[in-house]
Amino acid sequence: MQDTQKPSVSSTADLQREVAELIIEGLNLEVTADQIDPDAPLYGEGLGLDSIDILEAALVISKRYGLQLRTDSADNQHIFSSLRSLSDYIASQRTL
Amino acid sequence: MSSLPLVSHVAPDSIIAWRADGAVTLRQFLAEVRQLATRFPAGNHLLNMCSDRYRFSVGLAAAIVAGKISLLPSTHTPEVVRQIKIFAPDVFCLTDSDHCAVDLPQLKYPVMDGGQLGQFEIPQIDVKQSIAVVFTSGSTGMPQPHLKTWGALVGSVQAEALRLGLLHNTPCTLIGTVPPQHMYGFESTVLMAWLSGNALSHAQPFYPADICQALAAVPTPRVLVSSPVHLRALLDAGLALPEITLVVSATAPLSAQLAQDIEARCNAPLMEIYGSTETGQIATRRPTHSAEWQLLPGIKLAVEADCVHACGGHVETPIAMSDIIESISEERFLLHGRMADLVNIAGKRHSLASLDHQLNSLPGVVDGAFFMPDETSPDHVTRLAACVVAPGLAASTLLAALRERVDPVFLPRPLVFVDELPRNSTGKLPRAALQALLQAHSARKSA
Repeated sequence: MQDTQKPSVSSTADLQREVAELIIEGLNLEVTADQIDPDAPLYGEGLGLDSIDILEAALVISKRYGLQLRTDSADNQHIFSSLRSLSDYIASQRTL
Repeated sequence: MSSLPLVSHVAPDSIIAWRADGAVTLRQFLAEVRQLATRFPAGNHLLNMCSDRYRFSVGLAAAIVAGKISLLPSTHTPEVVRQIKIFAPDVFCLTDSDHCAVDLPQLKYPVMDGGQLGQFEIPQIDVKQSIAVVFTSGSTGMPQPHLKTWGALVGSVQAEALRLGLLHNTPCTLIGTVPPQHMYGFESTVLMAWLSGNALSHAQPFYPADICQALAAVPTPRVLVSSPVHLRALLDAGLALPEITLVVSATAPLSAQLAQDIEARCNAPLMEIYGSTETGQIATRRPTHSAEWQLLPGIKLAVEADCVHACGGHVETPIAMSDIIESISEERFLLHGRMADLVNIAGKRHSLASLDHQLNSLPGVVDGAFFMPDETSPDHVTRLAACVVAPGLAASTLLAALRERVDPVFLPRPLVFVDELPRNSTGKLPRAALQALLQAHSARKSA
């Protein structure tokens, strides 16, 4: 029987890749999904996103996965801290 | 000495703000202002970094009653903080964050004693008192200070309140998506609430869902004070919006289409404000009714040596505007974009010459130039590009050094390394040549 609580390693990696590609396309960034370290910060140094990018990326993510990002959810700063944390958050909240 | 009250509210139980725990009365606000003022260190300047709008307002009011000047730089990069320290060596930082990394003596926003209300007295402030210093980028890399007096700020904000129809008997609550440290948020959320008998929401909503939540958390009538970037995101998200009475936008002109969509979705009029860091707000328009801007009472435009100056009213000395302005009549004008040297990205303005100066002063950079591409869509943010000659320097090192100096919205995207810049025989860099260089780069990328 499949474990529906925890995504398997491969589906986690697939989701990270999909999210990375969404962000790259949505923000027109000059990197490829392979070049994004899943544990590097998305803000500031690392991928170099700023708050305008985060707002744009949040829109694309909201539409694709049917969820709304909020600042006041407990993990506010944490969600966009890395591709891994963002993907984990999406996996736990997605409706699409 | 002529003076004006700190707030236009009169009754001790008038509501001046909404926090997460409910309404704050004028009496409570003034008690907290007094408590905070007694904790201030000796320095005469403060950098008010509070991200909660209510705490920012208490910090600002405490500074005013204590005779201290609030410094409002447009960004807080390490380089700007160093420059602030040169400008005002006695500066300290008021913060409500546990992780404030600003390299200044810090005062943590205290937990207030709610029981100590004390005597009720509305402070009267000398109209000549210096309240705030705002900074523009200048062309040499050193920020240029602009002093704001209490009389000028009151004049500007009360003229705006009258124009926006906010001086009526039913108090509104102002919900801002723009930070109170930015001149627009400073005037149109904090001072506006104080000086028009209205209340401010403590919230600093960011995502569209945050904006809906911040609106729903306060009673009607509600005024949403925002910018094109946040309003477009709010519309795109397609959420159900709580009732709004008025939408206010500034930082960049909205397209007619987006303005119409906002009015339709919010079921409320949309008013835009035009101004600059130096002048504060000087004009308003309702873009669904007219593309023409109407100057605030007392403000005049004068053309001098090809440049339009604003003067009169709360603008105490004539100030050259950095936008291309076409006068229609005494009090009406049209905007036709920015002067070539000025960039405005999501409401943050910077001189291109100053950005070039910053780039060229980085260790390892031989030559470099920023380039502002033509905007593809008025309601989307267009980013700067840059070409740089820096043999042996890694892009990540260069960007990290630049990040220390300028706000992240000005970081170049793309940053292109070249062997030399296409300077002409006089050393000038024609825009077309730079554009061609960048086009060749993007063609290689997509090939």
